[in-house]
Amino acid sequence: MPTPDSRRGRRARGIEPSGIRRRDLAAEALAGVLQRPARSVLTMLGTVLGIGAFVAVLGLTATAGGQIDKRFDELSATQVTVADVGTGVPDDPTLSFPADADQRIGALNGVVAGGVFWPIDQARPRFAATPDADAPGAGYGDGIRLYAASPGALAAMEPTLRTGRTYDRFAESRRERVAVLGPGAARKLGITRLDGNPAVFVNGSPYTVVGIIADTRRMPELLSSVFIPAATAVQGFGEPVGPRASMIVHTRIGAARLIARQAPVALRPDGPQLFSVTPPPDPRDLREDVGRALDSLFLLLASVSLVIGAVGIANTTLVAVLERTPEIGLRRTLGARPRHIALQFLAESTALGTLGGLIGTSCGVAVVLATAVGNDWTAILEPWVVVPAPLIGSAVGLVAGLYPALRAARIEPADALRR
Amino acid sequence: MSLLRRRNRQARSAGDDALGRPMTDTPVIRFDGVGLTYPGPPPVTALRDCRMTVERGEFVAVVGPSGSGKSTFLNLAGLLDRPTTGTYELDGIDVRSLSETERTALRGRRLGFVFQAFHLLPYRTALENVALAQLYSRVSAADRRKAAAEALRRVGLGHRMHALPTTLSGGERQRVAIARALVNRPSLLLCDEPTGSLDTSTAGTVMDLLAELNSAGLTIVVITHDLHVAGRADRILAIRDGRLSADRPSGQAASAPQEPHAHAG
Repeated sequence: MPTPDSRRGRRARGIEPSGIRRRDLAAEALAGVLQRPARSVLTMLGTVLGIGAFVAVLGLTATAGGQIDKRFDELSATQVTVADVGTGVPDDPTLSFPADADQRIGALNGVVAGGVFWPIDQARPRFAATPDADAPGAGYGDGIRLYAASPGALAAMEPTLRTGRTYDRFAESRRERVAVLGPGAARKLGITRLDGNPAVFVNGSPYTVVGIIADTRRMPELLSSVFIPAATAVQGFGEPVGPRASMIVHTRIGAARLIARQAPVALRPDGPQLFSVTPPPDPRDLREDVGRALDSLFLLLASVSLVIGAVGIANTTLVAVLERTPEIGLRRTLGARPRHIALQFLAESTALGTLGGLIGTSCGVAVVLATAVGNDWTAILEPWVVVPAPLIGSAVGLVAGLYPALRAARIEPADALRR
Repeated sequence: MSLLRRRNRQARSAGDDALGRPMTDTPVIRFDGVGLTYPGPPPVTALRDCRMTVERGEFVAVVGPSGSGKSTFLNLAGLLDRPTTGTYELDGIDVRSLSETERTALRGRRLGFVFQAFHLLPYRTALENVALAQLYSRVSAADRRKAAAEALRRVGLGHRMHALPTTLSGGERQRVAIARALVNRPSLLLCDEPTGSLDTSTAGTVMDLLAELNSAGLTIVVITHDLHVAGRADRILAIRDGRLSADRPSGQAASAPQEPHAHAG
């Protein structure tokens, strides 16, 4: 600590303390790293692995999370399924859904469309395009199934029609014998046009085909089915017993979970327990579950790797300090102060850490990209992961260099030059 | 403003010597009762009551057997160690009062060191090694290289500037080291066994170079145990058991007639 007196003396004598330009310090550090490239690379390995693992884990988690997000996209996030579980009495044929189920569910704020549907399998329907019972047609088991579906259920499937239209509430209430064909059923039955008012004969009974579906957004598994109004189905085949009825509800975005809570009461205020509701899974929960399991394990490994990296850098820098003791002595004779020596080794270890961090980040990004490309996923790399990753490397290098730098600064030049 | 600084400025404006250093009549080194005792236990006195001066432009050899205190003399003169007794004035500056930072700055700027082991950085070219001398003076890289190239030409190595030390001969390496010591235009060149790693003929050329630099006005102190090397100097000081004695006393023993004392007239 210079006393005021000595400071005045220094000014009088004009002795400027020696100093080094920041650029020169950086250049010296880089030269120190590059003069032993093989050793530098080996030293960096721990940091490279640690940072690489860090970036790869967070990147892969985000990417996988993005995939989960995609699966639970708008479509499934706006879908609620209400299943009729009934009273629990075996073979109780009573339909728990009220006749005006479509209107009741449609009245809820947030519902776009909703309706009841069930497969009619126990009647073993046989389909034909002509009334002749022996005519070539398709039977139960050929992949065509008969479905009872209310107009609301059809609407909730969000069908695209190839031709014609779907039936409406009027047809339902009148128990009209109309049918809408899925594209698979239409192909098998050979019905492609509606000009001649074609009919499909189910077990010999005719149903006028009013529309042919090209595709649906929901429940594509029903594309090879024949749909008839629910009320018509009850009249013709009775209430569903085998697989019981379900309701599909198309909600507005964000309303699904609310509708899921409200639907049973809205449908049957007297018996909400008759229904089991399947709301869409909360994508956040799912992603977090996956994320947490992966993250904590691999981030632990990454941290261990970083610690090993820091120890590696500290060790190498310490060896370098011992090896380069004469150099330290020489630099002191050239006017380097202890702090300049410390700064140089600190800068070298920080450069090592930064380089390791950069290489590690690149490797991590490459792993994430390769995985994403290999799985046909969209790679998601958050800037808050990629940008600070090399800086973590710098921090590791800085911390690792502290002790060696301090050792180097304490070396007496006279002792150093005696080597 | 101190007297010294004014005098320096006058000298500079009046004209510098061939190496660009100020010409003043202040002795470069003045040791007045300088001694160094390492604190024990047991305390060891490496140098005791040393009185001597080195005038500007002198070529002085300090000789002595190993363990005599030569290294201690070098460390004290080179500001690498502090004396426990006495006064040391470098260029008229009493270095006792200086802080460590000031001593370091003074060491970097006014002293040039030449070592037996050369101490060249193996992965840097001759030019980069020489340019290192101004690294701690905040001189820009371009100016450093310019000064380094000039110094290398001065020692006759203008053609080997980009050679790595490993590809240079021993004599060339030592000349690179001398160039590095010259870059800052020091008041004093301190050479510690400069020919200790060289064969006899190469040693001769290095000593020729030192003699030439001295004749151009550079003050040189060579520490050696080689009497051939010492013979090139104007004056030889001997150290034995931590005591400095002149083998060619020049008479002017004004302050302490009884003490073995060396002073150039």
